[in-house]
Amino acid sequence: MNEKIMQNKSTGRLWPYALIGIYFGIVLTKGEVISWFRIQEMFRFQSFHLYGVIGAAVAVAALSIWLIKRRNAPALDGSPVAIPSKRLGTGTRYWAGGTIFGLGWALTGACPGPLFILVGNGVTVMLIAIVAAVAGTWTYGALRPRLPH
Amino acid sequence: MIELFSQAWPWYVAGPLTGLVVPMLLLVGGRMFGVSENMRHICAAAIPGKIPFFNYDWKTAGGWNLTMIFGAMIGGFIAATWLGNPDPIALSEATKGDLAQLGITNFDGLVPESIFSWTGLTSLKGVLLIVVGGFFIGFGSRYAGGCTSGHAIMGLGNLQLPSLIAVLGFFAGGLLMTHVLFPFIF
Repeated sequence: MNEKIMQNKSTGRLWPYALIGIYFGIVLTKGEVISWFRIQEMFRFQSFHLYGVIGAAVAVAALSIWLIKRRNAPALDGSPVAIPSKRLGTGTRYWAGGTIFGLGWALTGACPGPLFILVGNGVTVMLIAIVAAVAGTWTYGALRPRLPH
Repeated sequence: MIELFSQAWPWYVAGPLTGLVVPMLLLVGGRMFGVSENMRHICAAAIPGKIPFFNYDWKTAGGWNLTMIFGAMIGGFIAATWLGNPDPIALSEATKGDLAQLGITNFDGLVPESIFSWTGLTSLKGVLLIVVGGFFIGFGSRYAGGCTSGHAIMGLGNLQLPSLIAVLGFFAGGLLMTHVLFPFIF
């Protein structure tokens, strides 16, 4: 399964990830990506803003991944940089899981990253949405053997 | 320069800067960007039970990611406290009109405060948007194997067909909720 967790690395130094997280939280706040109103605007096709954000982010990610694959060197901490492909299988999990996710995305007006960033912005009730998301994840884990993938 | 920190960022600033998280994580420690896996790590840490999906070494697998998302929360606090956008969000008039029909007329802040607040949580609307919405996000992202970060940004960036299917699903669900189900909720 593509979500098999990599276990061959030690925890390693964590502070660089804290810095990357702080950067991520600032960028998504300043870009208004964490706004419920902006998500509604996107799903109603009434502004280019979030399409521009997502499209530009994918373009930069694609260019970076291409360059990093060409470079073919280990990461700064010596870890191998392997980017495994995702297994398609029947594809059921992707459209079914994706659609369920989308229903929740429109309701909360936030995807998982923004849920946490909104708490930092003072929308503390999103802690309840995070708890609910953990409950949803747990339910998936429990039902996993019986779900079509 | 000062303006950059005192104004909201347009898409051509916020988008590329968001995409840069992907090479940062790959170059620092060979990590793949994906936020929703943190929910799995929290399950593994707190309530794994006898479920195989949650029995693994979450500190080794997810210590970096949990640290990152904690940092993101701090980043949100820093942005709100010292880099706050002075003006209300420049929402399109069409969206304001549509939302007014749903009874949302206060466009201050990041979220409709009458719903996304602790008092809002005591209403049916609040429970649906916050609790049911959160549950769907957690269930759906793990079923699909990723969320907007893992599938849309990392997955599409790596040209993965499964991620494209997942992202089309994200939008199908979002459109269904917004255009078909919202009129029944509001």
